[in-house]
Amino acid sequence: MINVRNLSKSFGGLQVLKNIDLDVKNSEVVVLIGASGSGKSTLLRCLNFLETAEAGEITIGDEKINPATTNLNKMREKVGMVFQHFNLFPHMTVLENIIEAPVHVKKMGRDQATTLAVELLKKVGLHDKAHFYPDQLSGGQKQRVAIARALAMQPKVMLFDEPTSALDPELVGEVLQVMKDLALDGMTMVIVTHEMGFAREVASRVVMLADGHIIEEGRPEEIFANPKHERTQRFLNQIL
Amino acid sequence: MDFLQNIIGILSEHGLAFLQASWMTISITIISLLFAMIIGIIFAGFKISSIKFLNRVADLYIGIIRGTPLIVQIMFLYYGIANILTLNSFTAGALALSIHTGAYIAEIFRGAVQSIDRGQMEAARSLGMSYPLAMRRIIFPQALKRAIPPLGNQFIISLKDSSLVAYIAVTDLYNTALTVQGENYMPFETYFVVGLYYLIIVLIFTWFFNRLEKKLDVSKPKGAAIA
Ligand SMILES: Nc1ncnc2c1ncn2[C@@H]1O[C@H](COP(=O)(O)OP(=O)(O)OP(=O)(O)O)[C@@H](O)[C@H]1O
Ligand SMILES: [Mg+2]
Repeated sequence: MINVRNLSKSFGGLQVLKNIDLDVKNSEVVVLIGASGSGKSTLLRCLNFLETAEAGEITIGDEKINPATTNLNKMREKVGMVFQHFNLFPHMTVLENIIEAPVHVKKMGRDQATTLAVELLKKVGLHDKAHFYPDQLSGGQKQRVAIARALAMQPKVMLFDEPTSALDPELVGEVLQVMKDLALDGMTMVIVTHEMGFAREVASRVVMLADGHIIEEGRPEEIFANPKHERTQRFLNQIL
Repeated sequence: MDFLQNIIGILSEHGLAFLQASWMTISITIISLLFAMIIGIIFAGFKISSIKFLNRVADLYIGIIRGTPLIVQIMFLYYGIANILTLNSFTAGALALSIHTGAYIAEIFRGAVQSIDRGQMEAARSLGMSYPLAMRRIIFPQALKRAIPPLGNQFIISLKDSSLVAYIAVTDLYNTALTVQGENYMPFETYFVVGLYYLIIVLIFTWFFNRLEKKLDVSKPKGAAIA
């Protein structure tokens, strides 16, 4: 579903990603881990071209993406993204947030989009909040709306950048539950998270990033039980 | 008591003229503000643009306007343009005020757009929205709401600034005061009266802008559900 070859990205003089190779198969759940500043967010943002890498190749589905010639907007319809700080549109209700892109990007009829939105809101357990504004929701509710909003474009892949890091501890579970359900539905996902319990339970593969390199990857039970790389050990000790 | 009697005298004799002049002041302000909005949106776009040349053009315009007195701009335009084509004083005054206020409104819009969290644009783009669509649907509505208080403030400044067009013979409030005090030799009372007129107009518009601001504050409705 996603193939990354030789991806490199610098900010000014700082090289953040160095020759990254990564493959994500259909319905796989890949969890990216690594210390702060290791390049996890940057890698994720390169996958939907919110950042443009200066070298390397990215293939999504069976389309090789060339930022100069590919229609990136079309490509992004297939790649949903969920952010740490939700980024809901504060001037729109929950329902309007969700139907915004289907109506204005996909040109879906308003009725059809609303039906879809209500279905998605049920899925994330928030159909009674359709007419609330984001300001009237808790963090966990906001993030579930953000997930529903991304799903409304019916993407083939979902990217999550620390979706629970900004939440109060008691609200983390409800968001992880929605993500688990998505994984069970067979959604292909790439997730940056520090929730190791979640990774152990849901991830098909865990990928460890350090200084812009992938230094280790494998099934969660392998990585957590006996990490091969000394930096992975140290990282896991710190956060577990 | 003399003072009060004089005021009443001025009001009964010139009240209507001041009212008509108020209309002149309000209309030149509103017309120039409308044009200033258009100029402001265009130059805010220039400043936000990633095209260096447009940034420079906007900087030059805003720099010149902010660096020179309004009265100089009015005179420059009035006499400058008079060499090429004849404009009546109202048009020349409105034009000068538009160009002047446009620079400040450009800065207001630029500030409002740039104050919107980057995450909003990123979320919109990640949903497949194009840059113009994201601007129109996501950024502008939020920026506009944020621009209303400074725009209200600018409106009041412009209303008072418009008194300078009296010097190119627009018969606005201030010009009327100049004429009246030249006839009655009561400058103290006359300027008091004209000040009162300005104050009342400003208060009316302040009230109006406060209502508009409240009405547009949709993201923080009172009470919990509006379901
Ligand atoms: N837009 C940017 N401009 C300049 N430097 C950046 C930018 N974005 C990220 N960086 C730098 O790139 C490096 C990697 O950042 P990135 O956000 O990918 O790390 P991360 O692994 O997601 O960290 P965290 O766990 O703190 O979110 C950091 O040193 C960061 O300062
Ligand atoms: Mg990050």
